[in-house]
Amino acid sequence: MSITITIDNKEIKTDIGATLIDVAADNGIFIPRLCYMRGKPCLGTCRVCSVKVNGWMAASCTIPVQDGMIVEVDTSEVKDIQKALVETLFSEGTHNCPSCEKSGRCDLQAMGYETDMMVSRFPYRFTERNKENAANLIWLERDRCIFCQRCVNFIQDEETGQKIFSISGRGPSSRIEIDKELADKMNKKQARAASDICPVGCIIDKERGYDHAMGVRKYDITSIRERILKGEQ
Amino acid sequence: MEKQIKEILQRYKSDKTRLMDILWDIQNLYGYISNEAVSELSAALNLSKFDIEETASFYHFFLLKTAGKHQIYLSNTVIAKMNGYDEVYKALEDEVGCSFNGVSDDGIFGLFDTNCIGLSDQEPAMMIDQVVFTRLTPEYAREIIEEIRSGKTPEEVINPNMIPKSSLAYVDNMVSTHIQRTGPVFFRQDRNYRALIMKMLGSYPEEVIGIVQNSSIRGRGGAGFPTGLKWKLCSETEVEQRYVICNADEGEPGTFKDRVILTRSPKDVFFGMISCAYSIGSCHGIVYLRAEYWYLKEYLEDQLEEMRHEGLLGDKILGQEFNFDIRIQMGAGAYVCGDETALLESCEGKRGAPRLKPPYPVQEGYLGKPTIINNVETFAAVSRIVAKGSDWYRALGTEESSGTRLLSVSGDCDYPGIYMIEWGITLNEVLRMVGAKDTQAVQVSGPSGECVDPWKDGERIFCYSDLSCNGSLMIFDNSRNMLEVVRDFIEFFVDESCGTCSPCRSGNVDLLHKINLIVDGKATQEDLDEIVSWGNIIKSTSRCGLGMTSPNPLLTTLEKFPRLYRRKLSKSTDVLKPSFDMHASTSVHENLHRRTQEETK
Ligand SMILES: Cc1cc2nc3c(=O)[nH]c(=O)nc-3n(C[C@H](O)[C@H](O)[C@H](O)COP(=O)(O)O)c2cc1C
Ligand code: SF4
Ligand code: SF4
Ligand code: SF4
Ligand code: FES
Repeated sequence: MSITITIDNKEIKTDIGATLIDVAADNGIFIPRLCYMRGKPCLGTCRVCSVKVNGWMAASCTIPVQDGMIVEVDTSEVKDIQKALVETLFSEGTHNCPSCEKSGRCDLQAMGYETDMMVSRFPYRFTERNKENAANLIWLERDRCIFCQRCVNFIQDEETGQKIFSISGRGPSSRIEIDKELADKMNKKQARAASDICPVGCIIDKERGYDHAMGVRKYDITSIRERILKGEQ
Repeated sequence: MEKQIKEILQRYKSDKTRLMDILWDIQNLYGYISNEAVSELSAALNLSKFDIEETASFYHFFLLKTAGKHQIYLSNTVIAKMNGYDEVYKALEDEVGCSFNGVSDDGIFGLFDTNCIGLSDQEPAMMIDQVVFTRLTPEYAREIIEEIRSGKTPEEVINPNMIPKSSLAYVDNMVSTHIQRTGPVFFRQDRNYRALIMKMLGSYPEEVIGIVQNSSIRGRGGAGFPTGLKWKLCSETEVEQRYVICNADEGEPGTFKDRVILTRSPKDVFFGMISCAYSIGSCHGIVYLRAEYWYLKEYLEDQLEEMRHEGLLGDKILGQEFNFDIRIQMGAGAYVCGDETALLESCEGKRGAPRLKPPYPVQEGYLGKPTIINNVETFAAVSRIVAKGSDWYRALGTEESSGTRLLSVSGDCDYPGIYMIEWGITLNEVLRMVGAKDTQAVQVSGPSGECVDPWKDGERIFCYSDLSCNGSLMIFDNSRNMLEVVRDFIEFFVDESCGTCSPCRSGNVDLLHKINLIVDGKATQEDLDEIVSWGNIIKSTSRCGLGMTSPNPLLTTLEKFPRLYRRKLSKSTDVLKPSFDMHASTSVHENLHRRTQEETK
């Protein structure tokens, strides 16, 4: 069924049941995001896609559009909140982009640029989080994890369907675990896919390292904003 | 070992959605959940070992390594701290012979603390294994430890006369139920459930829903959703199977009314669930009972068994084509599991992370089927509404907030305990009733609610459009340091955040840092401004009700008691911020430097 919603005073015709974050992108309106992947089930963990819907903040990747919905994206209030949420992730983990394998193809770094973040308003914690090196093809650099849960939900052992990545603990002390036995059943292609699904440099496939020079890295060539607006991610 | 685990698995037909029960049975058998046990479960349930640990490590009371033969959990709620917690804490460390979070040398005790255990009217209190000890003094605490060390079980210490666990006397011997004020709705002694259920089954399901809708009752768990509408929406779904769940997680610090209802009138609750099942068409009910209430389990099981025996539960209830039964699902220590969708995840054997909505539980709930989740008090009230009619109920309370509410009152007052009030009563009236004197502040609805000032808010009214209290009422007199209370509450949220979404997981840690600065006298006006700004970001972007309310202790006291904060602001005129700690700032870098040097060596 065709319906009309309003984003930033612009009337948009769309279909009932579509997801707000996609409708926005299809109409040239960029909303930052870190856990959502177009075409995959919504995770709703990072909250970076929060916008104002009918006067209330809501994570736009979790919102099915409804007729008459009034949405605000391009306001200083909304943009500041999105930026704050990106900043949270920088101060919660430890991120040192110049020495990071993911630099240039990292979604967090890219969203930092897109939201005009300069420095986190929240105190940097430099929490010590242990690396996990045991698996043959994959290494976990937990300092950089943003707990988006993509790996937990989307990567499974092909034979048994069991989770390869999981969470332990809860709250600020939760962390991502890797099941070495299952991880070692992955071939190189699967390990690469796991590394690519991680929006940051936490899941690293051991053989890759720094594979592109500055200037020709993924987001140097096409920015994350352009990719999102093209519906690629 | 293997044989016993096989038996446990058989008991639950190797159904991985029953993982909570399986883990409890294993822990109750071996004292903890060992790596070998996890391996066996992994093979039998087709879950990776880490997946099982994902569930186990989420809950406060599951132990993945040994922690002594008996585990002591001392309740660390603010109310306990007002009643001698510190002395009991020291006495326990001394007598047990280890610090908190440790195990005694003889391996007999593991010593821990835990958030509110639903005994705010009789703090300090502690759980040892599955029983509780209340009104602790240092001497009493020492005696208990001594007796257990001499070979008695905690069970034998609290229940020397061996009162059967399934009896009310067993519960009464362990905890008191201070019902200070009753009224027309709750705690009736003379109810003939058989006749009442017979009468209800004489109406059509739509009629029962109609009565509940007309009564205008709203959920008593906190959110206040109209109960009748919820049932109607669920009954209109087109599926074969639906579920009824009673939320007995009662995790909000300061609440204990659900414990008292379950102790005094469990059959009211079950009758409410039966009415719901009949209305919406459901055969399966679950009571999600918090692990802090283990000592109620056998009693409740026995009450259910009595109802089965009388033909009020089970197949063909009172000879009609209506089957419905109830099982008890134990939680394992997680406040967030009181959130209805986290509760569903927990019932399905997973970590208690709230789901995204939509879909709502009435559409897709337990095992993906439409599910009604209501609070204990809601079901108990409904059992009276169904029996006495909606007009009777609507005559109580106010136009907009019909009926009554149970308050769990604790803190600085003469008569802590349970009060049944009609909606529409003022805060001052309640404070007079409970014998509160010299009151500085009242925390309405627990940490997630609001802190009010009786001088300014005394004439405010308990009702859904004003003080829509979820049942918890904590009273603080002028001798209390409210900033310490606020710090305690923020710590509670940091502890209980599930960690799924970033604003709550990370933001509450930042707020805790801020309140620590304030208490230490190192904060400036800028810190207060940041608290408001950051607090509002956490509230507006968090995924569930926990994060949406977690900044409230700070925000509402800043609004009501700004002087408390201003008095503590730093007067320093130094160019550096008072919160700047030179040593802490440079030590991070220095340590890093030292580490890299060591690594390159
Ligand atoms: C963090 C959190 C904790 C909650 N704890 C409880 C609880 O302990 N008991 C309860 O009945 N509802 C609790 N709720 C509310 C439930 O999600 C739900 O609204 C309620 O059980 C519905 O029942 P009602 O309509 O009868 O109130 C909690 C909500 C949140 C967000
Ligand atoms: S993960 Fe991204 S943000 Fe973090 S250090 Fe690497 S490139 Fe930078
Ligand atoms: S490891 Fe990567 S994909 Fe997994 S939760 Fe962390 S950031 Fe997300
Ligand atoms: S708000 Fe807190 S408790 Fe709720 S989902 Fe987010 S992290 Fe979990
Ligand atoms: S992209 Fe919407 S919550 Fe992460």
